[in-house]
Amino acid sequence: MQRVLPPQQVKCLRWHDDRPAAGADHWNMIKVEELSKKYGSRTALDGLDFTVRSGIVTGFLGPNGAGKSTTMRIILGLDAPTSGRATVNGRPVRAHAAPLTEIGALLDAKAVHPMRSARNHLRALAATTGISDRRVDEVIDLVGLGDAADRAAGGFSLGMGQRLGIASALLGDPETLMLDEPVNGLDPEGILWMRHLLRDLAAEGRTVFVSSHLMSEMAMIAEHFVIIGKGRLIADVTAAELQGMTAEPTIHVRTPEAGRLRETLTADGLTVSGDGRETLEVAGTTSEDVGRAAARAGITLFELTTHRATLEEIFMDLTRDSVEYQAGHTIKAAA
Amino acid sequence: MMSTLESTTTQAPPRAARGGAPAVTEWRVMRSEWIKLRTVRSTVVALAGAALAMLGLGVLFSVFADSGDGSGPGDGGDALATSLNGMLLAQLIVGVLGVLFVSSEYSSGMIRATLAAVRSRTSVLRAKTATLAGALFVSMGVASVASFLIGSAVYGGAGATYSLSEPAVLLAVLGGGLYAAGIGALGVAFGFLLRSAAGAIGVLVALLLVAPLMVQLIPGSIGEWITKLLPGNAGQAIMHVQTQADLLSPGIGLAVFAAWIAAALVAAAIMLRRRDA
Repeated sequence: MQRVLPPQQVKCLRWHDDRPAAGADHWNMIKVEELSKKYGSRTALDGLDFTVRSGIVTGFLGPNGAGKSTTMRIILGLDAPTSGRATVNGRPVRAHAAPLTEIGALLDAKAVHPMRSARNHLRALAATTGISDRRVDEVIDLVGLGDAADRAAGGFSLGMGQRLGIASALLGDPETLMLDEPVNGLDPEGILWMRHLLRDLAAEGRTVFVSSHLMSEMAMIAEHFVIIGKGRLIADVTAAELQGMTAEPTIHVRTPEAGRLRETLTADGLTVSGDGRETLEVAGTTSEDVGRAAARAGITLFELTTHRATLEEIFMDLTRDSVEYQAGHTIKAAA
Repeated sequence: MMSTLESTTTQAPPRAARGGAPAVTEWRVMRSEWIKLRTVRSTVVALAGAALAMLGLGVLFSVFADSGDGSGPGDGGDALATSLNGMLLAQLIVGVLGVLFVSSEYSSGMIRATLAAVRSRTSVLRAKTATLAGALFVSMGVASVASFLIGSAVYGGAGATYSLSEPAVLLAVLGGGLYAAGIGALGVAFGFLLRSAAGAIGVLVALLLVAPLMVQLIPGSIGEWITKLLPGNAGQAIMHVQTQADLLSPGIGLAVFAAWIAAALVAAAIMLRRRDA
């Protein structure tokens, strides 16, 4: 697959769309400014800078080890950045009187005392901020934890843990939600439920920031993407803009007269690749032009399709350089 | 940045905000820790176990204390000291409970949810310390009174006996609750400093059990003094009426014990604020 942009350019790539902010209140967002984090000599984040707006689901993407969780911990005030800052609704999260009502977070579904019931876990968290037990019951119903809420959380499946994590994030009815890999471990029904929940929360005008290392998953949920690799911003784009970042589509042709079609197209100045026996890949043209050229030469076509790179392929391409551990040869062969 | 945030956190008087708008207050963080303490069966069992160890061993020592020929378990002590001897075991349970109250949050990862919910990290340290120390003072105070009353009644030794109506005796007996609360607080501090149960329990046991044996090897009065100043010995001095030869006086003992706890808690607070969670 060919590279979309040279890496130097990709580093600071950013699209500013002119769409008005979906939320009425411009405070209602996560803002990350020139964030850097070093662990000893290892740089985890390197000048990361982006804004997450309200009213839409924003996907936070990057290969494992790209710095997604570090960024989220800094936004929550758990880790201190080496430089730069992160604010939630206009302030560092701990400058708010009640952090739970500003930002609800799910960092780790298993972060619950294994011997404590889900309900008591939520009650303990709620108590810090004076949130009522009635609200605890509400969020338990909302995530469908129901009867399991009074069982010890240590026996929960990962999917139930994710639901409990979502419940704790929703406790304070916050305007901003930040979820680290929330779809991990969910069954298909759970994934569907999560998708709808996140979209509904965003539709209510909330800021929803969701991380994942899988583009295929995010493509179904998010409208906007923040993509990072090795602690640097690679892209901050809408789905349409991300789609536009690919090179021109390639035309895939299957014909019994591949040799003759190749000659015809090459004569027109087109670049043709493919194994040449029955299939050809043509770049820099449209399926209409290939079809007409074949008709003029009297060549039979079995198949004529336009291939656009999927978001997944674009994502893989963008982050290829920043994957920490790469199975080099295997990936090249597969591509 | 962190220190400016911390300084703004304790302004609201705890009671003013009770039941009001959602906001984090010291009182509410303490309520949260109290919920955590009582909703895990193992902590409740440990609290009961420490009280039972105190009572059971105290009564046992008292019954078998004999006439002072140097062969019985309660020899050399008086009825009060003998009846409170159960603290030797109870202190370990109490200290481990303090460590686990903190380290279990680190091992599960819940500490991140806890710290993200509050404004000031040290408020979590304060709340955990106050909640556990309060619970221990009450439960172990009651256990100490019971141990003393039953132990004195069955005391078979030749040492002096006392009555709870004497203020100094009452203070010494309640000193059992105070000592347990202090050891629990020390466990909380070590839990925050070391984050892992194994490490923190190791340090605690070393300080309470191993260090007294080691410093005895130091010859002369220096060794004697260091022995007296160790947290276990200094703290246990408050459980006596008369100053023992190998212990500080109750008042000085209390001061030294409090200094140890204060130092551990301050160190824990500094590290809690400086380190990433």
